Amino acid sequence: MNAGIVAYGSYVPKLRITPEEIGRVWGKDGKKVGQSLGVKEKAVAAFDEDTATISVEAARNAINDFGIDAKKIGAVYVGSESHPYAVKPTSSIVAEAIETGNDYTAADLEFACKAGTAGMQACAGMVNSNMIEYGLAIGSDTAQGKPNDALEFTAGSGGTAFIIGKKPKEIIAKINHTCSFTSDTPDFWRRQHAEFPEHGGRFTGEPAYFRHVHSAAKMCMDKMKRKPKDYKYAVFHQPNGKFPLKVGKMLGFTDKQLEQGLMTPLIGNTYSGSTPIGLASILDVAKPGDKILAVSYGSGAGSDAFDLTVTKNITKKRAKVSVRKLIENKEYVDYAIYAKNRKKLKTL
Amino acid sequence: MVEGSPSLGWRNYSQRYNLAGNECKTCGKHFFPAVALCPTCRRKGKLVETKMPMEGRLLSYSKVFVGPVGFEMDAPYHLGLVKLQNNVKILAEIVDTPENKIKIGSKVRKVFRKIHSEGETGTISYGYKFRVV
Ligand SMILES: [Zn+2]
Repeated sequence: MNAGIVAYGSYVPKLRITPEEIGRVWGKDGKKVGQSLGVKEKAVAAFDEDTATISVEAARNAINDFGIDAKKIGAVYVGSESHPYAVKPTSSIVAEAIETGNDYTAADLEFACKAGTAGMQACAGMVNSNMIEYGLAIGSDTAQGKPNDALEFTAGSGGTAFIIGKKPKEIIAKINHTCSFTSDTPDFWRRQHAEFPEHGGRFTGEPAYFRHVHSAAKMCMDKMKRKPKDYKYAVFHQPNGKFPLKVGKMLGFTDKQLEQGLMTPLIGNTYSGSTPIGLASILDVAKPGDKILAVSYGSGAGSDAFDLTVTKNITKKRAKVSVRKLIENKEYVDYAIYAKNRKKLKTL
Repeated sequence: MVEGSPSLGWRNYSQRYNLAGNECKTCGKHFFPAVALCPTCRRKGKLVETKMPMEGRLLSYSKVFVGPVGFEMDAPYHLGLVKLQNNVKILAEIVDTPENKIKIGSKVRKVFRKIHSEGETGTISYGYKFRVV
């Protein structure tokens, strides 16, 4: 594979709510719930933010910070499970806003929390086969959790955009290999007109998250003949703050390798944005030669794994504002303001 | 600002998404929204499309408690008169900013936000708002 990441940009909404505040409304010990999930607070999209606005801001950051000519982008994929329209692509809104012109292919992708990485794979394939010069793949969500459901404590908002290209002097992280592990597993779903997703409770753990993430990671490492110690960093999908550390331990990774990419404790699970934001946070600090393993997970169910090598170009080009700096700009809201912004009140 | 037809919004995408206005090459003045004729140079003016800068300063602002039709549920919100770096004045909502940071002279930067949606089933309009940086 000759393709690699040539640019990245992220966006996380400013509003935050804590598990304590959510627990206060539902008579639960929110602090305890937060601790058991490994989540301190979560990012909340404002009433005028959605997957399209988050995607546009992330894509603009990627283009501006890395000096990419948007007219050379030949494919735009937005992966999300909260596209603003059921029919009418988010991807064309993003392309219009970043002014790609009209010479591009686009589609909205959905695969629970992993559609962003699926878009990266599609772009990598197209770039690698010379169909396009650059591909833009975005993972972003304004995740919905049903009030008083366990998911409400973690469902966050945010996204990251990756521009995939193949010019060696532009690549900041080369994609050495990517592969996926997929099966038909009904662990989490949302029907067409349902406002909130449903999930299979404890079923979401072993046969779903752990089986898929573990298998895809193993497949990728075996193919590359690498061991966990060969990687400087790893990022696994983060439905909460605990699962990625647990699957990391099962595979033989240390918490230290996972720390930099672990964002869910600070912004919640950003669904399709989760693994991409974690990877962006790693690229914010990575050094030339560092190897990265990134494995997403989407319910339903599948995992995409990526083996990446950071190049020397990263010393010249990085996001102007790191993910960890970006999320310092925050404002806490109470449950009432949260409910208003997320339109959980019937008249909105 | 409320619109009924999707085509009306579509015609204005470059204006709403990227602050596309125009510039008179004869006198150097910038306009937003774009004008059909330079008010100074008249027929001698030569107009070309140009994008407005992303940043500016707040000239004035007001807190809106009762929004117009279509914006009733957005209230309360702040409406600001922004003087962009090229001296063009633009009226826009100020978001993501605590009230005590919204001051005359504050530096603001353009953001991409949802402006309005035609109920539960109609189109969603996106465009520019500003936040204090
Ligand atoms: Zn003139």
